[in-house]
Amino acid sequence: MNDVREHEHELLYVYAVTRPFATALPDGVRGLDGKPPGLIEHRGLCAAVSRVPAEDFNAGPLRAHLEDLDWLGRTARTHEAVIAALATVTCPVPLRLATVCRDENGVRRLLDSGRARFVRAIERLDGRIEWGVKVYAQAQQPFPSRELDPPEPKAATGRDYLRRRLGERQSRDEIWRRAGALSRALHAELCDRAEAGRLHRPQNARLSGEPGENVLNAAYLVPLDRSEDFVAAIRDFIPHIEGVRVELTGPWAPYSFAGGPDDGHGQVDQASREGREEQ
Amino acid sequence: MSSGDGEALAQREVALVDLLDRLLAGGVVITGDLTLRIADVDLVRIDLNALVSSVRAEVPSPFEEFQFGESEEPV
Repeated sequence: MNDVREHEHELLYVYAVTRPFATALPDGVRGLDGKPPGLIEHRGLCAAVSRVPAEDFNAGPLRAHLEDLDWLGRTARTHEAVIAALATVTCPVPLRLATVCRDENGVRRLLDSGRARFVRAIERLDGRIEWGVKVYAQAQQPFPSRELDPPEPKAATGRDYLRRRLGERQSRDEIWRRAGALSRALHAELCDRAEAGRLHRPQNARLSGEPGENVLNAAYLVPLDRSEDFVAAIRDFIPHIEGVRVELTGPWAPYSFAGGPDDGHGQVDQASREGREEQ
Repeated sequence: MSSGDGEALAQREVALVDLLDRLLAGGVVITGDLTLRIADVDLVRIDLNALVSSVRAEVPSPFEEFQFGESEEPV
């Protein structure tokens, strides 16, 4: 553990809160300063931190950095690497990206003020992991559909052309309908099997680089010892539907469930999201 | 698991977009005057806007300036 003395022009970046732990972190884990994360213990809690330059992490510069996808990506991956390392030895409650305190006293106050939430979160998350499940709708080109006439090789007239275009549109709608139906059924099934489920906003295809439209972007909190069964259930549940793709990510540290319902952004009320528009 | 086209269920290495879902819309949000936090997504460029816009709905106030108590000095 590196020394966390006070320095001018430096701030403390806080990755996660844990119970104090005795086991050494895995070799090779590096924080944002290129050193192993420091640990600040305070009244039965522990914060994993790195010293970061104020010139990068003060409000103004941070705001500018957030517009830089490379910077954001590097920071996010380092944050994740520290969380992953912590998860091998203890139960980390991840903090949101770029949670920064001025000094060690600030970190202690953070631990004090959030004590009840952190303790509850550790109890809720210990021994659990998160799986991500995404459903995509992807129109085939050309899309062969039972509901439609077989595509004609060449549109003889403008009317044929329009009819064909209409058919393509109907087939896209049909794929969306199937993807939506699968998403609702899958989410209901996985919520039953998981301790908690949460819907993230569907991802933008330009950012993800994934083909198709993201219809479902969900996360599930699963006890470690039921993880294999959970993944197997996803496999079993998924029928082969043309134009609909399901993707699994994880296992993650339980980022999506760290906040909890009392933070107002935790587990979704499933019923209220059931009827969400499909864009 | 592979991610071939024929796979009904694909798993890949961590994609940045999935990570940012979790780090920008997940994790414990610390409020109060002791910390900086990400919230002002309006300042984020259009490419990132869709990605982090989930933050907007969840964090009520805009980017907080780094505030200190009146008498707080580093120890």
